Amino acid sequence: MELLAYAAFFLTIALTYAIMCLGLNVQWGQTGLFNVGIAGFVGLGAYVSAALTTPDAAERIGGFGLPIAAGWLAAMIAGGVLALLVGLLTLRMRSDYLAITTFGIAVALQLVFQNAESLTGGAFGMAFIPRPFAGLQGQSFAFNLVNLALTVAVVAVVYLLLEHLLRSPWGRALRAVREDEVAAQALGKNPVLLRIQAFALGGAIMALAGAVQAHFIGFIAPGNYLPMMTFQVWAMLIVGGSGNNRGAVLGAVLVWAIWALSGALISEVFPADQQARAASLQIVVIGVMLCLILLWRPQGILPEVRSVSRHLGRRNKDT
Amino acid sequence: MNPQAIIDGLISGSTIGLGAIGLTLTYSILRFANFTHGDFLAWGAYLTLTVAGVLGGLAAGLGAPVYPFSFGWGLPLAVLGGVALTVALALGLDRILFGRLRARGADTIIIVMASFGASMALRSLLEFIFTAKPAYFTKALQIANPLGLGMRATPDQLLVIGLTLLLVLVLHLVVTRSATGRAMRAVSENPALAGVYGIDVGKVVRVTWIIGAGMACIAGVMAGLLVQIRPYMGFDLLLPLFAAAILGGIGSIPGAMLGGLIIGLAEAFAVQIVGAEWRAAVSFVILVLVLMLRPQGIFGQRGA
Repeated sequence: MELLAYAAFFLTIALTYAIMCLGLNVQWGQTGLFNVGIAGFVGLGAYVSAALTTPDAAERIGGFGLPIAAGWLAAMIAGGVLALLVGLLTLRMRSDYLAITTFGIAVALQLVFQNAESLTGGAFGMAFIPRPFAGLQGQSFAFNLVNLALTVAVVAVVYLLLEHLLRSPWGRALRAVREDEVAAQALGKNPVLLRIQAFALGGAIMALAGAVQAHFIGFIAPGNYLPMMTFQVWAMLIVGGSGNNRGAVLGAVLVWAIWALSGALISEVFPADQQARAASLQIVVIGVMLCLILLWRPQGILPEVRSVSRHLGRRNKDT
Repeated sequence: MNPQAIIDGLISGSTIGLGAIGLTLTYSILRFANFTHGDFLAWGAYLTLTVAGVLGGLAAGLGAPVYPFSFGWGLPLAVLGGVALTVALALGLDRILFGRLRARGADTIIIVMASFGASMALRSLLEFIFTAKPAYFTKALQIANPLGLGMRATPDQLLVIGLTLLLVLVLHLVVTRSATGRAMRAVSENPALAGVYGIDVGKVVRVTWIIGAGMACIAGVMAGLLVQIRPYMGFDLLLPLFAAAILGGIGSIPGAMLGGLIIGLAEAFAVQIVGAEWRAAVSFVILVLVLMLRPQGIFGQRGA
């Protein structure tokens, strides 16, 4: 029972990362946009949803006690709007300006989480974020299981929505822009507009992931949204296979498993005073892994499936 | 307003500017935003510290401070070793990672991503080897001398500003007046055409890394001397470095320096006006303003 409860807990966290990965897949996998500020978008979603749904608190603004669904929706809007603004600012320029700007967004948002105490609770973060099915909290197994089911449902909805979009004319136009911008432009597609749309959609999904995670854990602090998180999500997508939504989910679960197991191993093997130091080795391993995959298997475990349209069936499979 | 902010800004701006030179050169010649550049600063500082430790073990007299500075002859000697090792690190990374991706014809953005992964790995490796505890080149204390108008600076700080200006001047002359400099500019304009014309593109790439990593090491040592050495020092400087390079105009050495000084000054004034906790946001605000108003930067050409 204990083990099963832990497994459900583990999978739920892994699946919140899978949502981030799916969002990144719209931006990177389908459109080729490099977002180095994933942690910022995820954190924004978490904080917006938390501010709207927590009970009223004397020391900070917010605490409207709204239902969780309203928080999730607001998180998606916030993430989408932020991504839209970043897209408007940078997507007309060289591709790496987006990378630098999103990196800056994450740094700036991290400062806001830390310092805007009246909004975010500062370094101590925000507690008492309502958890879905809080009535079951006493029975950890049942609680973890229903939350797992809820997160699976969110992943499934996002996955099906994205699969549908990617096989739609819009998805085809996105890939056309990624593969050959000039040709797409000659066919009357507007590359900048398409990129901005994809970036905003991805940003909204990442913010949703942040909100889902925050409500499951019930507590957030600025330290959850460090560049480390951006890095983990990138590793997940690249390992799983960029461009492939199933790969994004698989990569998230796989890399999170590697992360959790190596963390457990470190706490077993190293003495307490050396653990913080050994934990940095985890990051080295993931960083090296990312570089090796980029060098030797850039398509990841599940490569992108080339599809033109769902109406064409199997005939169009690239051979 | 305290005029001391001007001196503080010029000092931190010198470090940022020197660091941004390497970033702007790799950006214009190798054509990618190198996220590992900040970690070259941190590695440069730690490698120099290690060399200084070894030298201090060989000859104890090297550690004794030389008046009026807080450090002895060991440090300038160690910097030479640190620069050589940082350059070796950059060239090694180019050989096993960036160069291979370039040779395969990978997209710019794949190389940017690889640099992002490598930067995480390099930084955490520093944390593993040296732990997160701050280190110092010297424990000696210095008294800040008055400079007039209510401004003060220590001899170390004045040395940093002077040395930076000298290095920038020399580099600028090398890049604008020498054959190597012309070759670098040719490659940044059009690598294929430069190759056809008989320019050794591989050599230009190496020279770019040597200058960039060398300056990064010196900037890291300066930051370490004036503040402290931490594994995350390079990461914390990365956004100011990018902002300085873009503000100055990609590819321009004087531009990177000027950009660095502007960012340093803006940070120093922001610390006085809005408070030190928002310091890191200054570079972001400047970056966004530049992208909105003049994306090519101060000295940049349109379409760059």
